[in-house]
Amino acid sequence: MAKEKFNKETYLNWYEQMLMMRRFEEKCAQLYGQQKIKGFCHLYIGQEAVVAGLMSAITKDDKVITAYRDHGHALGCGVTPNEIMAELYGKATGCSKGKGGSMHLFSKEHNFFGGHGIVGGQIPLGAGIAMAEQYNGTKNVCVCFMGDGAVRQGALNETFNMAMLWKLPVIFVCENNGYAMGTSVQRTTNLEDIYKLGLAYDMPCGPVDGMQCETVHDAFAEAVARARNGEGPTFLEMRTYRYRGHSMSDPAKYRSKEEVEEYKAKDPIERVKAVILKKKWATEQELDAMEDKVMAEVNASVEFAENSPFPTAEDLYADVYQQEDYPFIIE
Amino acid sequence: MRVIQFREALREAMSEEMRRDQNIFLMGEEVAEYNGAYKVSQGMLDEFGAKRVIDTPISELGFAGIGIGAAMNGIRPIIEFMTFNFSLVAIDQVINSAAKMYQMSGGQFGVPIVFRGPTASAGQLGAQHSQAFENWYANTPGLKVVVPSNPYDAKGLLKSAIRDNDPVIFMESEQMYGDKGEVPEEEYLLELGKAHVARAGSDVTVVSFGKIIKTVYAAADELAKDGISVEIIDLRSVRPIDYPTIIESVKKTNRLVVVEEAWPLASISSEVSYMVQKEAFDYLDAPIKRVTTRDTPLGYAPTFVEEFLPNPTRVMQAINSVLYRN
Repeated sequence: MAKEKFNKETYLNWYEQMLMMRRFEEKCAQLYGQQKIKGFCHLYIGQEAVVAGLMSAITKDDKVITAYRDHGHALGCGVTPNEIMAELYGKATGCSKGKGGSMHLFSKEHNFFGGHGIVGGQIPLGAGIAMAEQYNGTKNVCVCFMGDGAVRQGALNETFNMAMLWKLPVIFVCENNGYAMGTSVQRTTNLEDIYKLGLAYDMPCGPVDGMQCETVHDAFAEAVARARNGEGPTFLEMRTYRYRGHSMSDPAKYRSKEEVEEYKAKDPIERVKAVILKKKWATEQELDAMEDKVMAEVNASVEFAENSPFPTAEDLYADVYQQEDYPFIIE
Repeated sequence: MRVIQFREALREAMSEEMRRDQNIFLMGEEVAEYNGAYKVSQGMLDEFGAKRVIDTPISELGFAGIGIGAAMNGIRPIIEFMTFNFSLVAIDQVINSAAKMYQMSGGQFGVPIVFRGPTASAGQLGAQHSQAFENWYANTPGLKVVVPSNPYDAKGLLKSAIRDNDPVIFMESEQMYGDKGEVPEEEYLLELGKAHVARAGSDVTVVSFGKIIKTVYAAADELAKDGISVEIIDLRSVRPIDYPTIIESVKKTNRLVVVEEAWPLASISSEVSYMVQKEAFDYLDAPIKRVTTRDTPLGYAPTFVEEFLPNPTRVMQAINSVLYRN
């Protein structure tokens, strides 16, 4: 079975990473309720196995880009909770200096290419990032995430066509959580198997159980190997689920409690925890200690954000142009 | 000095820069094997190869976005739109990605890219192939917008645009590609955002840019016969606009006409007029006049084209008006 391929270290990493994503975002929800975090805020809770399974399958030199539900991806790439929480607070110490907020997390240092707010807009960008790697003759790949809503954008078709034509080292990943905001996949298409969109371009593609780190890792590992070998892109449909609404203002009345509970029963964190305990790779106490450590980091990030300064009014003009003396019009 | 065509000036600018910097590539429809829809990139595939001169399918949104992604990751792409009319299907990427990336990422991901191609009308091409979107792009912070009017400017400005670290919209004209002009053999660059006093004068200032500035030269030649001295300012860039040069000229001539091939509402001429009344109100001896296209889509018939576009007669009328001449 696939599980045998993964060792103790991998499982503990998955567990810790997913726990961090989950606890960090639970804190985000709390802080949003307290109006400490403003704007749009889209939580990743429930989908953590996709990022965890990715991170064990790529290297630090590979590139990642996604849409606006981006907290998990940023954490997975190694952006610190401090920098992310500060960004959510709109503080100058945030990973985008308070310019981006929840939807526009970026970290060049960690090869995390953002956090993009126009549904599907990141799809050609991801192919372009991969094109640069191909141009420079590296073996790096770009992993380009999108939601099940984004696959209905024209940009996907244009990009898939060119990515296959040029055999770009890109892995397109649809995180299919069933709903584009409040609209279910069924209500937007007669082709409910999203991965089949790849077939039109002869792009290797397939569905993946996105609730299990093992299946996610395996699918990514295969796609990454293909891309590194110069064999071009892959399209993976990660079947996953978000426990929360589309954004903080969405009560998610378009789906049943039973449906949500059905997915929570397959919770990826609980599953990984069960394997760790069964294999006796850690005791309950050790996992509790890990959880305490994660919570301490999350709490420290809140303190860091609280104590950080907001950017100044003058900073509004910073980073718009690389030209330092750009003559902005002042009314 | 040697004389070359506008398209050759653009080609020299791209080729020289591509020889200088291996990180530059040219991508667009028909740029490689066809040698360019308007032969701007003629011979470049032969020199630089298919890795650096890249034909695309007809997918402006896709290849604009791919270019921007490549720029975020260290490449300096030149993206050719066959015309800027077609850039509208790519405008999401230009506005939401190229213009915003450096800012959204807090200065981490710059987008050193040039989007270039012809703008505005080019004869009887009908409504969808005759539009000028200079003001649309110029409205957006994060972009620079350059509109050359002659081969010398085209080369110097395009070289600067390619070297610029910010995204640049570079707008040409189908009707200028065959224009000839003096272009020195030796290398030169023209600074973006600086206007050029193309012709010094004392009676009236006329501000214009791009292809339509030719109507201003024709009008000024005609008026010179009556002893009217027209100062002509070629903006060269419409974002940023070189206001100091305009204001200085208006303070000297006390009169201003703006000539632009674009629809009148919220145009470059509106913006220039606003700034001049704000900064030089006491220097104005007459209301500012402008000559723009008619406020309609352009129809196909030759009579429509003639009525729609600014022409020397209309420019002369505007100049006479601000001079209170009949």
